[in-house]
Amino acid sequence: MTIDKIQEEIIDEFSMFEDWMQRYEYMIDLGKSLPLIEEEFKTQDYIIKGCQSKVWVHAKLQEDKLVFTADSDAIITKGIIAILIRAFSNQKPQDIIDANTNFIDEIGLKEHLSPTRANGLVSMIKQIKLYAVAYQTQLK
Amino acid sequence: MNITAIRKDFPILHREVNGKPLVYFDNAATSQTPQQVIDVIVDYYQNYNANIHRGVHALSQEATDKYEQARVTIQKHFNIAKSHEVIFTSGTTHSINMVANGFGAFLSVGDEIVVSALEHHSNIVPWQMLCERTGAILKVIPMNLEGELVMETYKELLTNKTKLVFCNHVSNALGTVNPVETIIQEAHKVGAAVLIDGAQAAPHIKADMQALDVDFYTVSAHKVCGPTGAGMLYGKEEWLKKLPPYQGGGEMIAEVTFEKTTYADLPHKFEAGTPNICGGIAFAAALDYMNTIGFNDIATYEEELLEYATEKLLTIDGLKIYGTATNKTAVISFNIEGLHPYDIGSILDKLGIAVRTGHHCAQPIMDFYKIPGTVRASFSFYNTREEINLLVEGVERARNMLL
Repeated sequence: MTIDKIQEEIIDEFSMFEDWMQRYEYMIDLGKSLPLIEEEFKTQDYIIKGCQSKVWVHAKLQEDKLVFTADSDAIITKGIIAILIRAFSNQKPQDIIDANTNFIDEIGLKEHLSPTRANGLVSMIKQIKLYAVAYQTQLK
Repeated sequence: MNITAIRKDFPILHREVNGKPLVYFDNAATSQTPQQVIDVIVDYYQNYNANIHRGVHALSQEATDKYEQARVTIQKHFNIAKSHEVIFTSGTTHSINMVANGFGAFLSVGDEIVVSALEHHSNIVPWQMLCERTGAILKVIPMNLEGELVMETYKELLTNKTKLVFCNHVSNALGTVNPVETIIQEAHKVGAAVLIDGAQAAPHIKADMQALDVDFYTVSAHKVCGPTGAGMLYGKEEWLKKLPPYQGGGEMIAEVTFEKTTYADLPHKFEAGTPNICGGIAFAAALDYMNTIGFNDIATYEEELLEYATEKLLTIDGLKIYGTATNKTAVISFNIEGLHPYDIGSILDKLGIAVRTGHHCAQPIMDFYKIPGTVRASFSFYNTREEINLLVEGVERARNMLL
């Protein structure tokens, strides 16, 4: 499935929620249900330091697609990570480079992606794009 | 104290956040501004905005008079001996850097600076920079589990090599009120100067500079119902005369030739460039406002709020309070077992409750407790028990959602 299609799917899912409580409960469930990253990658090398919550991101190339794993010590952040992974993992680097992240606005989680929120998520998206650029160069 | 009347003075307290009435418990980060102070700011720009100390025209004269009156108001509030010992700054960070920068002139390799373990980052970094520049050594007064400074160790740290002691009056992360009287007296015994950061104390405690016999003291206007970007550095005249100026520019010079510049007298030596004129005037208006309510009444009321909130919050399962000093201001730093402060703060925000989450720019304190941060609720005289009930309900709700 293309990144756009997945994002549409996520927006559809979130449109069913009536208020922030339901959205958050869903995110928290997502966060809880996903053991995202192997312990060996939860190190300083893979950490993205936000001011408040820590985020770890790891990427590896499987054939021509990038597979991301990530984690955070805060559960709501982890829920958003789960959504980002769903959108960007298992995609070709060039498609990741070209993709936009507007869907986060549309599912009502914009505030968590504000650069001033200091939770590591903005840097995480940047890191995802940087990995994609690096692997794209490698593929060439 | 008439809380209903007081709350009417603060327009912002009547707005909604995320569809809920705002509950503002981030007072240690910045306090809200009453209409009386907002009026002073508006009056300045509407009626006498002008550059000060140089114009011969009426507006400039009026602005200069108001600005200098503000200095006297601040002087009286802190019982400062001379008005030129009040230096207007942009706030505490600016004030501290002013001292840290100039103090290099009195330090040589091997001299020691003592700071407390309860410091805000802005209080640690300038001293680290100063030590790097001069070869002086930084020593730290440790804290105990309650978040109090270990005074026995402090006394042992003081030697004839100690040139400066630096400590906050009240800790921003935990609310601990430090025994600054003793800290100052002990430092003076070994001939060290003392700089006390009063940023967190000023909204709760009316500090008396002459009684404290402190050498330097800093305050930010925005913590005492005033505007951001204004504050003061108090310095004893003898120190301010010795301390080299921080910035070069207009206002701080007496005479300039290309060969030599002589500096202006105090306080202008430290007030280079056009200052935050309106900010200084509004700072004084804010102190006037708080004095009208009365610092004794404020302290009594805030202590009641602190007791009430502590008792209520502790009924929540797994809630732990960090900073349990006997003498503390109305600040509660807490965590819930198994939960990240960011998550709790995010849910409280959705409920219209403003708290601070994170390490509060005091990472060494968080490292001491081995936690990533805390949720910090800090109360002011305009807060109510009903708001505390909303906080407690909110935290319970967050706990149920997250666990």
